[in-house]
Amino acid sequence: MNETGMAPADKDDKGNKEGNNEARSGKGSKGNKGFWSRLISLTRKEIRQLLRDRSNLAIGIGLPIVLILIFGYGLSLDVRNAPVAVVLEDPSPMAADVVAGLELSSYISPIIVTSMHDAQRLILAREVDAIVQVPSDFSRRLAAGNAQVQLLVHGSEASRALIIRGYVSGALGQWAQRQADRGMAMRAGVDNATPGSVTLIERMWFNSANTSTWYLVPGLIVLIMTLVGAFLTAMVMAREWERGTLEALFVSPVRPSEILLAKIIPYFAIGMLGLGMCLLAARFLFEVPTHGSLLIILFSSMLYLLVALGIGLVISSVTKNQFLASQLALISSFMPALMLSGFLFDLRNVPAVIYLVGKALPATYFMELIRTLFLAGNVWPLIFKNCAILAGYAVVLLGLARFVTQKKLD
Amino acid sequence: MLDFLRRIASLCRKELLAIFKDPANRVILVVPSLIESFLFGYAATYDLTNVPYALLDQSRGPASVELIAHLDGTGVFHRVATLQTQGDITRIIDAGDALIVIQIGPRFEQQLNAGESAPVQLILDARNSNTAGSAAVYVGEVINSFNAARRGGTGPPLTVEARAWYNPNLETRWNLLPGLIASLSMIQTLMLSALSVARERENGTFDQLLVTPFSPMEIMIGKAIPIIMIGLFQSTIVLMVALFWFKIPMAGSLVALYAGLGLFTLASVGLGLSISAVSANMQQAMLYTFMLIMPLILLSGLATPVRNMPQILQIATLINPLRFAIDLVQRVYLEGVGLLAVVYDLIPLLIISAITLPLAAWLFRNRLL
Repeated sequence: MNETGMAPADKDDKGNKEGNNEARSGKGSKGNKGFWSRLISLTRKEIRQLLRDRSNLAIGIGLPIVLILIFGYGLSLDVRNAPVAVVLEDPSPMAADVVAGLELSSYISPIIVTSMHDAQRLILAREVDAIVQVPSDFSRRLAAGNAQVQLLVHGSEASRALIIRGYVSGALGQWAQRQADRGMAMRAGVDNATPGSVTLIERMWFNSANTSTWYLVPGLIVLIMTLVGAFLTAMVMAREWERGTLEALFVSPVRPSEILLAKIIPYFAIGMLGLGMCLLAARFLFEVPTHGSLLIILFSSMLYLLVALGIGLVISSVTKNQFLASQLALISSFMPALMLSGFLFDLRNVPAVIYLVGKALPATYFMELIRTLFLAGNVWPLIFKNCAILAGYAVVLLGLARFVTQKKLD
Repeated sequence: MLDFLRRIASLCRKELLAIFKDPANRVILVVPSLIESFLFGYAATYDLTNVPYALLDQSRGPASVELIAHLDGTGVFHRVATLQTQGDITRIIDAGDALIVIQIGPRFEQQLNAGESAPVQLILDARNSNTAGSAAVYVGEVINSFNAARRGGTGPPLTVEARAWYNPNLETRWNLLPGLIASLSMIQTLMLSALSVARERENGTFDQLLVTPFSPMEIMIGKAIPIIMIGLFQSTIVLMVALFWFKIPMAGSLVALYAGLGLFTLASVGLGLSISAVSANMQQAMLYTFMLIMPLILLSGLATPVRNMPQILQIATLINPLRFAIDLVQRVYLEGVGLLAVVYDLIPLLIISAITLPLAAWLFRNRLL
């Protein structure tokens, strides 16, 4: 903090007794100057309080580091080289060719087993993700044009099973396609009636590496801002309410808005620190591209941090109890940011009511914005729209925080 | 012995009173798990039900119309825009209005009729690469069926008959809700147990408790039992939602489920009480607990499979009680296995309890020395 600005304000006291000396110095100065000196000394008190307790720093700095590592390295929705047992009950070369078809896919790695019994043992032990069973009449029925292959997946990890099912049936479908084309080409010489076939060329925009890390790491910024802004702030402020230290401040001439501002400043700084760590990790550790401008990323993060701080302050002023505040902050801000903001689950696929709940959350807009800024670039209409919504939330929530923080005792 | 039980009973009563005397507490112990199991039960889905797409059809022939009819026929793909030029693609994808753009080139019809392979471009918004991947697989299936249909009436030369064990429609919800039975209750049992000693320490009543004839072990048991009861109660709430609202059939026995959950809650209470014993005040206890909850949940397999994690983190999950609890609940619930089949989940939970509970009791006593 600025020591020269402090000097006239607490000439009589060194500012160690927190709260009380601000009262005295505030009374002496007038108008704007009083506001600044009160704010500076209050902020200094908050920073001292924050630094005094290591657990605050653990949440503000330690947890973001842990989360960055877990999200960057630990969480992945990608399926690569999933082991798939193939039971060949048909000894024909055509059936063996199916395995070759599966091997072409980089997402699955087929393992040939001799009997269905072995395959079931493997899937129950979760050593393979799926079983492909090629029945004994496979090549005979393929010649007749109605061959069948059984695919069995283990459903207790539905997301993974779903993806594997898609890859296996895709690979088999392509294999059948090639077989059919070959057959057609042979017959074409005779009756000249090849129908041709449609092939699909996929182009993954914004995520050329096709890795979930690229969308999880930007999303992590939302989680960390929520954590620092809503959770940490709600807890710290609720503690002051619970212990009555805030009441001690009420007897001083500081205004509620100054109390709130002094709370916001240090936690804002911690949130920004977390943001800095995320940005560095995204750039240098996980090599997530940053297509949008860094300035807009910073600006929109600040907006969202203010929203989160607003939520935290409102929760603490309403509950005035640490346990309740922490639970409410967790339930109303953190869990929704994780589950309902589109971080993991795409909002397009949820029922309408849940979609509306998701759309009412500020985290959803920040999630969309930050992912776009990282992976797609400066999409101006989206930037304006979402920033405006976030700014609206910030104004309303901070205003609400000011409204519920009254200098009175119940 | 009788004396011991009486002392424990009175301690439990005191703890329950302390928790339930606050009306806000009574609400916070019931309502959140109820709301969250509903919300997340609906929200947690990786299944694609609605894919908005834009079409850029430069061929405008009967074949492309038929292909699009195939796509629309799935009920999953909804056309939000029909584009005129290549330049429009960027705009509509950037704005997030369409998840995919299907571009059919001008020579599509000719290529098909000439018996060549006719490429169709699929441009995907992979800001969420998971959704994009599923959409790509889906479009691929549609194209396969389109090709097969063009070959004539005999049907596709190869059909894949897919079945899924234990979760026939592969609904994410079926995995998530059993997972929530363990994780939602863990969040609050950890918090409650971490706060219980810290609160008494902050208020100075813990010293009073220590000078009573209770032994530290008894104090710990008296604190653990009520919290275990609350934890099991919360698990029951989520179980009810899973069973009666989402109608996810339970294959296993309730006895096995509750035996497993009981052991898991014991382990998490042990963890919470140990945190409580090392923290100086409530705020520290709460923040440390929170720091623990995050990695525990993220590395439990609840949201993303443990098997997708790198080897090192998979090893790290071996000290995570939630990982075993989720595996246990899912197996008992969905696969219907008995306790014997989940012994390798029970043993780690037993080990964690056997370490944390005595540690907590020891920490009670040794802080005062």
